[in-house]
Amino acid sequence: MAVLLLAEVNNGELSMDATAKAVTASKALGDVTVLCAGASAADAAKEAATIDGVAKVLVAEDPALGHRLAESTADLIVSLAGDYDHIVAPATTDAKNVLPRLAALLDVMMLTDVSGVVDGDTFERPIYAGNAIQTVKSGDAKKVVSFRTASFDAAGTGGSAAVETVGGASASGLSEWVEDKVAESDRPELTSAGIVVSGGRGVGSEDDFALIEKLADKLGAAVGASRAAVDSGFAPNDWQVGQTGKVVAPDLYIAVGISGAIQHLAGMKDSKIIVAINKDEEAPIFQVADYGLVADLFEAVPELTEKL
Amino acid sequence: MKVVVPVKRVIDYNVKVRVKADGSGVDLANVKMSMNPFDEIAVEEAIRLKEAGKADEVVAVSIGIKQAQETLRTALAMGADRAILVVAADDVHTDIEPLAVAKILAKVVEEEQPGLVLCGKQAIDNDMNATGQMLSAILGWSQATFASEVGIDGDSAVVTREVDGGLQTIKVKMPTVVSVDLRLNEPRYASLPNIMKAKKKPLDEKTAADYGVDVTPRLTVVKTSEPAERAAGEMVGSVDELVAKLKEKGAV
Ligand SMILES: Cc1cc2nc3c(=O)[nH]c(=O)nc-3n(C[C@H](O)[C@H](O)[C@H](O)COP(=O)(O)OP(=O)(O)OC[C@H]3O[C@@H](n4cnc5c(N)ncnc54)[C@H](O)[C@@H]3O)c2cc1C
Ligand SMILES: Nc1ncnc2c1ncn2[C@@H]1O[C@H](COP(=O)(O)O)[C@@H](O)[C@H]1O
Repeated sequence: MAVLLLAEVNNGELSMDATAKAVTASKALGDVTVLCAGASAADAAKEAATIDGVAKVLVAEDPALGHRLAESTADLIVSLAGDYDHIVAPATTDAKNVLPRLAALLDVMMLTDVSGVVDGDTFERPIYAGNAIQTVKSGDAKKVVSFRTASFDAAGTGGSAAVETVGGASASGLSEWVEDKVAESDRPELTSAGIVVSGGRGVGSEDDFALIEKLADKLGAAVGASRAAVDSGFAPNDWQVGQTGKVVAPDLYIAVGISGAIQHLAGMKDSKIIVAINKDEEAPIFQVADYGLVADLFEAVPELTEKL
Repeated sequence: MKVVVPVKRVIDYNVKVRVKADGSGVDLANVKMSMNPFDEIAVEEAIRLKEAGKADEVVAVSIGIKQAQETLRTALAMGADRAILVVAADDVHTDIEPLAVAKILAKVVEEEQPGLVLCGKQAIDNDMNATGQMLSAILGWSQATFASEVGIDGDSAVVTREVDGGLQTIKVKMPTVVSVDLRLNEPRYASLPNIMKAKKKPLDEKTAADYGVDVTPRLTVVKTSEPAERAAGEMVGSVDELVAKLKEKGAV
């Protein structure tokens, strides 16, 4: 059994955490070949070759693969698919864009956001915002799977797999990249941070979101947000934690001014320790919190930042 | 330009689902069902395109059980012109997989020849996030997923997408499939007069067999279980107490 794992590569850079977590998830399925695709991907491939448990790395470099446009990336994987039983990736927005397209081209069903591997055909995945876990067995000859990174530990490094170049990408002519708006930040990445501090509608404004950011910086944490905070313009879209945002499972998650709707809980309830600060003692967030503090966040958060 | 909007009937987002005791699935009998929230956003966007003179007809399509016609009536009340119901199951617990839905939608697209398909990014029941991408693949069209801004400009569309790192803007060739994200717009409520008018709008009824699509699932559900429950925590009385607890646990 052989696995082809689409590595997370952004502008030539490997996202080690997401890729290494997907490697862990794939190990039970067979020998793992990692594919690094992009306009430039050679450096990413070299790095991916160091992940423990990787048997081989394929590198596909072509301007047509830049910015991971779904059409050309899916076509490339179709051309490689013959040798593999499982084609997998970490469940990032890039993979969610590309893999279902690939699955349809291969005429197989997609397994999205898999949180557990039972065997080569059988997988667990959360449905209904994580309120149920479904175990499904695929009858398809090839399985196309995205893995929920929060459910797996990252594989270590120290390996030295062989790197091979593959060709065959061509521009689809269907889509072209225009621009990226990516905020540069020194903070840890939301999905790999050990601590996450998130703010909700209760924070009240974009300016006041600085309170959340100060606490996060004191702790070396990533910053998250509820949908309401993002919709209200307090925080950028890529901070959204939840059913339809990012799924995180840090050692410590601090929810500030967040009520705890099921859609939010879906993205953070597997965190090791959850702290909730909310002025409403009835807020549902307290039902999942290890430590709850009923307080006005405008008093409690600065005090907490100072005392930590 | 014609716009096709696939809308799915799902459990209402406010309802907390219950897993059936025998592990055979979740209980959908007698629970409130609504249009998938992302699909409301897609319908809204289609109507706005029509209002802006960029689209001339909006066709809503749903695949599922007969009761999905209620969802289609909602789309009609919001402002869609016509609807197509494709009956593919007779039990509310039978979910039609994205691959089969995409194949049926591809046949509808062949018949309707739209310039644009606007679907939701994700159905909040199965959380698959797959149908739009699959449809685009089957049609050999371009795709633009997770859209927070859509601009139609002749034979191309400029779409801003919500991605992990922030926002990405791409330009796709028409016809295209766009899947919509939460920030694209705020869907309108249907007014009472429009709800009345919607009752008279055309709603065609077809079956999956009419399109020759086999909807047999590729994934067999082995079991459905409850997620691990979190143990109840404790309330702390002050920031000092919280800091002490976190230090004790080695969390900070
Ligand atoms: C299709 C769909 C997808 C969704 N996806 C997501 C998702 O991915 N992520 C997500 O988060 N949500 C998502 N939601 C939205 C979700 O249902 C809730 O609306 C949202 O999570 C609420 O955000 P909130 O808790 O910040 O706001 P509210 O529910 O308004 O809560 C604000 C909280 O702040 C508290 N507060 C106010 N002032 C203070 C103060 N001074 N001090 C302390 N506390 C204060 C209040 O007591 C309240 O509990 C989705 C909804 C839908 C329909
Ligand atoms: N049975 C269905 N009927 C109509 N549209 C559907 C159906 N299933 C999925 N869709 C569309 O595809 C989107 C994504 O669904 P999914 O891939 O299941 O997460 C939804 O938001 C709908 O727009």
